Amino acid sequence: MKILVPVKRVLDYNVKARVKADGTGMDLANVKMAMNPFDEIAVEEAVRLKEAGIATQVIAVSCGAAVCAETLRAAMAIGADRGILVDCGELSDAELQPLAVAKLLKALCDTEAPQLVICGKQAIDDDANQTGQMLAALMGWPQATFASKLSVDGNLATVTREIDGGLETLEMTLPAVVTTDLRLNEPRYATLPNIMKAKKKPLDSVKPAELGVDVAPRLAILNVAEPPKRSAGVLVPDVGTLVDKLKNEAKVI
Amino acid sequence: MAVLVIAEHDNQSIKTATLNAVTAAQAVGADIHVLVAGSGCSAAAQAATAIGGVAKVLVCDAAHYATQTAENVAELVRALAADYSHVFAAATSAGKNMLPRVAAQLDVAQISDIVAVESADTFVRPIYAGNALATVKSADRVKVVTVRTAAFDAAPLGGSAPNEAVPAAKDLGLTRVVGRELTKSERPELGAAKIIVSGGRGLGNGENYRTLLEPLADKLGAALGASRAAVDAGFVPNDYQVGQTGKIVAPQVYIAIGISGAIQHLAGMKDSKLIVAINKDPEAPIFQVADYGLVADLFAVVPELTATL
Repeated sequence: MKILVPVKRVLDYNVKARVKADGTGMDLANVKMAMNPFDEIAVEEAVRLKEAGIATQVIAVSCGAAVCAETLRAAMAIGADRGILVDCGELSDAELQPLAVAKLLKALCDTEAPQLVICGKQAIDDDANQTGQMLAALMGWPQATFASKLSVDGNLATVTREIDGGLETLEMTLPAVVTTDLRLNEPRYATLPNIMKAKKKPLDSVKPAELGVDVAPRLAILNVAEPPKRSAGVLVPDVGTLVDKLKNEAKVI
Repeated sequence: MAVLVIAEHDNQSIKTATLNAVTAAQAVGADIHVLVAGSGCSAAAQAATAIGGVAKVLVCDAAHYATQTAENVAELVRALAADYSHVFAAATSAGKNMLPRVAAQLDVAQISDIVAVESADTFVRPIYAGNALATVKSADRVKVVTVRTAAFDAAPLGGSAPNEAVPAAKDLGLTRVVGRELTKSERPELGAAKIIVSGGRGLGNGENYRTLLEPLADKLGAALGASRAAVDAGFVPNDYQVGQTGKIVAPQVYIAIGISGAIQHLAGMKDSKLIVAINKDPEAPIFQVADYGLVADLFAVVPELTATL
């Protein structure tokens, strides 16, 4: 069975995000970009399923500018077999929105016929948390979001999900969409030989129009601003002073 | 046209997150209808009628909504959405799971995790772990919106909206819930707590987390939270996690103990009314947002704090 894993190129999670002075968006010029961490977990999970003999092929997909090919190479260095770049040209990261990405992925699912799509639960740039669920809906497939454990037996998937207040276990028949939470696995580091090997793996490029998908943004971004700054308070010397301030100054206990 | 708010409930009672979503929906300036979809959910439906500012409660009681799977609830909401200008749900794990399916089936964008309603079509939402606030405008016919509960007060109780039964959508039978393990706790929920005691990697291990923080939380009637580092290290389960990828909270008092204050943690708690930080590292970023900071060894001062209160 094939597994399809969408991967997004985002601002590296160690880099502080900065708002452009003119309020039109984020300043992403000359900053380090990386694979969305939840997508790395998704690639790792898919590769483990292949190593366990359950999956036969892992396809990484990235939608965005041509430079997203780097993110696909990173996925292939973890162990994905091939990559598909959906080249969205000049469209900015903020203009390529979850519904459009879900439609692009649907078009690829229609041709590639994967049994499983593993997505990150959210991207750490727009924090939307939508694409996996939207893809599942467009395909008419079951979904298991926020997965912390996944097992596949034949065409049955059993998924443990992180929900408010605890865990939930779901069963569903494949094909299906799973989105990853932090504790699903710890992605491996790509080794140098695997990075070299990844450069030789097949990488196809396709345009949204060839997939018959309109990727025009649905949400207009009117303004992007820094949130109000919280100012630092005071340091207290000891527990007695802290309790006194909580009781008599802030009056919260 | 009215706003449809999807209630979050356990068939018996309504979760407080729904009350926050109703307050956000009121800012749209239209009638509010609340949907309670469940099985044997008349107690929850009754509770929903008491939410202030609600014009009508739609009740859909059918066996295939017993576990409220995303697929089946979304199918129902999609069918109802034709009569509404807006569909709102709380940005809880249930709301985040279900609502994007509705948006995709309606072929509209979803606006996730809003913190303000500027007008009927314009909303403010945090991006980049709360390092920026984006104001976005939707041109879609139906606005599908999830609400950051910490950003809106709970709607008051005391209403008396009428109930109306609505027919069930078909059972898609796509997923089966085979188990739920909910953490049993006498403590308040993280999302609704007035005081939160939260621990980080500085605690060293899960045993220390429990022996130091539980007595303090008990004394304060506080909920317990944790940083992602503490969750990753296995001190506590994931549902304790406060941060960009965990829960977003804004309690009256947030006490961060042994938490350095990584960006992604601050994203989940910096809107708290009062922040107290205890950390032995004076350079820890958490002190830049704390109202009261105590630079000290937590193993010495936390028991002292618990004893003094």
